Amino acid sequence: MSAPGAPGPCFPATGAHRPHSPTWRLIAAIALAGAAYCTARAAQPSLRVCADPNNLPFSNRAGEGFENRIAELLAADRHARLEYTWWAQRRGFVRNTLGAGVCDVIIGVPRSFELTQTTRPYYRSSYVFVSKAARRLGVRSFDDARLRNLKIGVQMIGDDFNNSPPAHALASRGIVKNVVGYSVYGDYSRPSPLSEIVSAVDRGEVDVAVVWGPTAGYFARSSRSGLTLTPVAPDGESPTLPFAFDISMGVRRGDPGLSRTLDEFLTRRRADVEAILDRYGVPRVEGD
Amino acid sequence: MMPTLEVRSGQIGFKLPVALAMATVLLACHRQPQHTSAPASARELGGNLRGDPGVLAQDDGQWVMPAKNYASTRFSGLDEINARNVSRLGVSWTFSTGMVAGHEAAPLVVGATMFIVTPFPNVVYAFDLSRPGAPIKWQYDPKPLGASKGVACCDLVNRGAAYADGTIFFNTLDGRTIALAADTGQPKWITQLADINKGETMTMAPLVVKGKVLVGNSGGEFGVRGWLVALDAASGAVVWRAYSTGPDKDVLIGPTFKPFYPSDRGTDLGITTWPGEGWRTGGGTVWGWLSYDPELDLIYYGTANPGPWNPEQRPGDNKWTAGIFARRPDTGEAIWYYQTSPHDLFDHDGVNELVLADVKMNGGETRKLALRADRNGLLYALDRTTGEVLSAAPFGFVNSNRGVDMKTGRLIPVAEKAPQQGVVVRDICPAAPGMKDWQPTSFSPRTGLLYIPHQNLCEDIEAMATSYIAGTPYVGASVAYKAGPGGNRGVVTAWDPAAAKAAWTIQETFPVWSGTVVTAGDLLFYGTMEGWFKAVNAKTGDLLWQFKCGSGVIGQPIVYKGPDGHEFVAVLAGVGGWAGALVSNDLDPRDATAGNGWGAALADLKTATTRGGMLYVFSLGGGR
Repeated sequence: MSAPGAPGPCFPATGAHRPHSPTWRLIAAIALAGAAYCTARAAQPSLRVCADPNNLPFSNRAGEGFENRIAELLAADRHARLEYTWWAQRRGFVRNTLGAGVCDVIIGVPRSFELTQTTRPYYRSSYVFVSKAARRLGVRSFDDARLRNLKIGVQMIGDDFNNSPPAHALASRGIVKNVVGYSVYGDYSRPSPLSEIVSAVDRGEVDVAVVWGPTAGYFARSSRSGLTLTPVAPDGESPTLPFAFDISMGVRRGDPGLSRTLDEFLTRRRADVEAILDRYGVPRVEGD
Repeated sequence: MMPTLEVRSGQIGFKLPVALAMATVLLACHRQPQHTSAPASARELGGNLRGDPGVLAQDDGQWVMPAKNYASTRFSGLDEINARNVSRLGVSWTFSTGMVAGHEAAPLVVGATMFIVTPFPNVVYAFDLSRPGAPIKWQYDPKPLGASKGVACCDLVNRGAAYADGTIFFNTLDGRTIALAADTGQPKWITQLADINKGETMTMAPLVVKGKVLVGNSGGEFGVRGWLVALDAASGAVVWRAYSTGPDKDVLIGPTFKPFYPSDRGTDLGITTWPGEGWRTGGGTVWGWLSYDPELDLIYYGTANPGPWNPEQRPGDNKWTAGIFARRPDTGEAIWYYQTSPHDLFDHDGVNELVLADVKMNGGETRKLALRADRNGLLYALDRTTGEVLSAAPFGFVNSNRGVDMKTGRLIPVAEKAPQQGVVVRDICPAAPGMKDWQPTSFSPRTGLLYIPHQNLCEDIEAMATSYIAGTPYVGASVAYKAGPGGNRGVVTAWDPAAAKAAWTIQETFPVWSGTVVTAGDLLFYGTMEGWFKAVNAKTGDLLWQFKCGSGVIGQPIVYKGPDGHEFVAVLAGVGGWAGALVSNDLDPRDATAGNGWGAALADLKTATTRGGMLYVFSLGGGR
């Protein structure tokens, strides 16, 4: 985790941190020692963002992701200095960043995310089928009979019935033998860990991959063969299994002031946010 | 050492199906034979403690490997502290590690030095037991990559070091095995084995056999492919590596492989029992315990659960995950394998320890047993020469399986308790952490009882909640653990392998996540998650003494003889681990699924203890 810059006041709408308990207060005090603790004295407020340092197209330490761009837009809008706390986005991410009080905003979380309070959603994307454009496969549903024979790439997460929606959808149809698994985290020692599953389609290692829209959209643009992205149609077999998700910003629970400020920003600067998503090729779908 | 057990007339027979076939198994418990080859005590050796760690382990003055000896009995022959005087047990000295993650490691004692390894950042301390207050002799900070905390998930524990030939061997969370000179703490070699960037970590304690350091990886939840590696103890070079999935040549399966059951025979089952390429990311990590039988020249260890797919995505037995391997230590070649949970549905890793004991059966034959208290709730008695299951009986309430088919050796699943997508399946017993997790048992040759620290938890599973990782919404399982029948969440069971039933049990409020140790003073020591460190009568389970530690105890107690010739008991306190993450990671117990399913089950743990690592050393009268 990086040490944020010189002490400065909080991002205006956050207000002072309000520890809930003596334990929390102690932890927060330790965590904030030497970091950007809120004081009212300095001139420029800071926007403290929790982000992954190696997770394109979302974010990276070099600021090249679309969530970096949205954070920059937000900071500029609030005349705040942008500060990051870097932590890999996986188990423990929220606990060690937002939860530890060292940063205040996660730029992208699902609207129904349990671990944070969420703002109004600012985009809705979908899992997409990714295939070579020249093959004109046109797969748009898990009920497409060809999926029983095509080689399919899909991301996997863990056991104990935690897995990506496409993995669940394939499994429930007994499509297992022709499925190739890719780590949802990728190889973190490489610059774009999430690119592997899209590259596999580009290289012809799999016929079709099922990938979360923003990841697919971004890496498909640098493909050599030309890739087609088709949103996954709602699952007729398991109507409660979603493939499209509303994405919001996440803040600590009990931080309604900040949440309202972000809602206002997302509404007022909607066009600018959309422009950033367009630049990164983030596929969007209509709401429910 | 292998405890030798002989028949005592009038003992109760097996009450298992197998008993019909193999007749009544009788065993009795006699004082362990004196070892003529027992080395001079550490002090007489002047601290120059070379030679076979298996022989060194026979000296009850020391504790040179977490399981005490190659047979993993965690039995100490010391009896100065016993039922008559244990009430006088008091704190001799303490040491704060200053760390707040779970402390699962066993201290080691070699000569007049004690060694501990902490949770991440895996600092090793050596204490001079010959001086008042046991001051720090040296300390070594391996400076593991801070990223291993974030990249390598949530489990920051370390289960201990191992000593051999003047060297301390231990693993770091960021995937290195390190050899330190025991007298100075200077590193002799460092070998990078696991790659945190792929989700691999190392948390297990090494075992040193015949000049080889045996270590394995953790991280099955990340699509890691499990392995056990033998490193040359002198140089740190990899001698052999045995994978838990894939082609026979990777698993080190060759002509000497003779599994007992037909379902484990065939070519490349590590590929053919998986769909497609599933074996490449299939799990079967090796994060638990190893045992060794010098006579048979076999090492024994378990492989973890298959992953990272849901069970329905990986039809087949998913070999060689969730089972037990016997291998030659020199070459790694597999001799036999037995799968405790074919096509595991419940995260029932097969990594729990194997306690080796020789048992004289009814009819006069002596069987060399490996006893395993498994995650799936069954207590297995295996013939450790062949891998045959001689008995498998539940040691708690189990409804997710109906035991083992004694003909085929296969676990009999209960279909209605299998997790299903989109369906809430209630009251699956045991829960994912199993009837017993990593926390090791002990075995007393005096009482003939196996002392099992374990859980009494069931779970409800619904594979539906939406969650979030790495910019990818995913469908998480909503899992909630809860107390099993009786309402107590923890149990200590003294298991009589002869009768295949419990001799006595102790109910505990929280899961008993510490190891146990048993002594020739017929005392059993263990800790509780709320912080009690207890001594009970090993014959009856009666509580004889207890001390409230500053934090919950999930470590492994040890027993040794100090430089003053007196018996000491040591344990690391410091709640955490999988069960204690609510406290050590400050999770929100209002979320029933926090820390996997522990939120609901242990919501009251945060009011019962707080985190913080501390070494406690006890002796009669204390204060020495």
